[in-house]
Amino acid sequence: MNTVVTAHGLGKQYRSRWALRDCTLEIPTGRVTGLVGPNGAGKTTLLRLIVGMLDPTVGTIEVCGGKPAADAAQLAKVGFVAQDTPTYAGLTVADHLRLGAHLNPRWDDATARSRTERLGLDPRQKAGRLSGGQRAQLALTLGLAKRPELLILDEPVASLDPLARREFLRVLMEAVAEHEISVLLSSHVVSDLERVCDHVVVLVDSQVRVAGDVDDLLATHHRISGPLREPSTLPADQHVVSASHTDRQSTYVVRTPAPILDPAWSVSALGLEDLVLSYMEGAAFAPTHPDLEVLR
Amino acid sequence: MIWLTWRQFRTQLVAVYALVAATCVVLAVTGPALAGLAHRNSDVYDVLTSNDRLLYNGGIAVLAVAPALLGIFWGAPLVAREIETGTYQLVWGQSVTRGRWLAAKLGFAVLATAVAVGLLTTAITWWAHPIDGALGSQHGSLASRMTPVSFAMRGVVPVGYAVFALLLGTLIGLVLRRSVPAMAVTLAVYVFVQIAVPLWVRPHLVPPVTSSVVISQKTLAGIEADGSGPFRITTHTADPRDWVLTNQTVDAQGHAAGLPSWFSGCLPPPPGNSAPSGKTEVHPGPGTLDACFSRLTDEGYRQRLVYQPHTHFWRLQWAETGLYLAASALLAGLSFWWTRRRLL
Repeated sequence: MNTVVTAHGLGKQYRSRWALRDCTLEIPTGRVTGLVGPNGAGKTTLLRLIVGMLDPTVGTIEVCGGKPAADAAQLAKVGFVAQDTPTYAGLTVADHLRLGAHLNPRWDDATARSRTERLGLDPRQKAGRLSGGQRAQLALTLGLAKRPELLILDEPVASLDPLARREFLRVLMEAVAEHEISVLLSSHVVSDLERVCDHVVVLVDSQVRVAGDVDDLLATHHRISGPLREPSTLPADQHVVSASHTDRQSTYVVRTPAPILDPAWSVSALGLEDLVLSYMEGAAFAPTHPDLEVLR
Repeated sequence: MIWLTWRQFRTQLVAVYALVAATCVVLAVTGPALAGLAHRNSDVYDVLTSNDRLLYNGGIAVLAVAPALLGIFWGAPLVAREIETGTYQLVWGQSVTRGRWLAAKLGFAVLATAVAVGLLTTAITWWAHPIDGALGSQHGSLASRMTPVSFAMRGVVPVGYAVFALLLGTLIGLVLRRSVPAMAVTLAVYVFVQIAVPLWVRPHLVPPVTSSVVISQKTLAGIEADGSGPFRITTHTADPRDWVLTNQTVDAQGHAAGLPSWFSGCLPPPPGNSAPSGKTEVHPGPGTLDACFSRLTDEGYRQRLVYQPHTHFWRLQWAETGLYLAASALLAGLSFWWTRRRLL
């Protein structure tokens, strides 16, 4: 697997609090990777470490074959659309494109212009007067026209209404198909990512809970329910993600590479959203297991 | 990066330079007439029009506030505003390192500030040159450019102040991350420095001159009689434009001393015994004091003067400018360090 991001034991400490702990992670090249987790899980911290806005307290990280933000050449390889898509309120749309042209060696002016035209953004409009959706599109245009190898978007659709959200993601997917870039985007809403991601990383409580290809994850995770049973009685290759019990029944979400053969269980498939939620709920279960990477 | 900085700065820059240009035009128009006036009249102060005085004081006011204003309104928000609005993330997402980003911003702002204040101070120094320190025969005088307030509004020091204020504002904005509190703190620190430097630093920037003066009718500047305390004598230096730091009477051994008790007999009783605590200037009548002064001299009393002669003006100017620029360089270094290591 070619990786665009490789992190080993990455951690970031703010005073006494660890915003990210022991993060070992590989993000594949040429894919759309979703970074999911509840608010405050450390998603922004991880993205900023990858962009190089932050330096890690411990661990190593390599992005596009170099140290993040080491120099201008490295910066040119990584595009970043920050949370709430900040733009200069006093500058016009055209000014923002000129800014991009002045500050990026690989700037693709034709793409930038045709995109703003297609989006119906008036070049003379001040960015401060754009709607949230238009501002997000402008920020995305800047990120794409920079022609990065890896484009990182931090909660790009969080502040958008459902229609603008769908439109934004559609445009993003078109651009990804067109330019063949790797994309890493974060969200706390899984349904946003379900449509666009083929790889996910689940971050809970400053730690990576699970990471892998969506198809692999869906194939190896099952919801099983049956008579009340202790988790310790499950086969060794079935790793419990979350569990819930009633007086007579147990329901587990388990991860296992092998099919589930025990006839006592009724087995059902999981959607991505359910899978991610299981990891968020089951946070108390997992932390002692060091290897959370899905085996292939 | 330069284009972006220019684009962000454009409006303010045009406004500031328009004001500078207007000031220069007014001074250029009135300056030659003033120089002619000073040339023709030995006591030019007496013939100044109210308009001239307004411009003179206005020039001092402009140079007093311009560096502080530029530092507060250009320096403090320079980075703090980008942090407040989150736009630093947009610009850091481009292919420009943080160091270059800050360098472009600072370089542009420092240059714009230095040139604006440089133009102002050149124009005002030129305009005021003929009348600085002018002595009037009756009504008073204008401050010499060596005196602490005037010194700061002439020559090259205002450029140093402005650059210092700008970099101070930038660093405080970086640390506080918010424009308005940064502006307030910048103003407070700047004012403190502006008071501290003339009080404690400037007198020692260039070694001052010490001289011992025989007290006589000719050198006497005044005798101060405090209602209860002893008399104090002050004398002139050779040139009234000098900046006198210490003016005290010493005895034959060279120790600071009060005047001998017999000296009070030389003076007429202070007028207005009704207000004994008030400080009263005593104007001694001529003749009556000569004997007293000779006796003082015979007993070994001298007046010790420590002062910066007016010939030190430019040396002091450059020394103080250098001091401020060195402090500015330190602030800039800290700003770069903070941007790279501590900002996030």
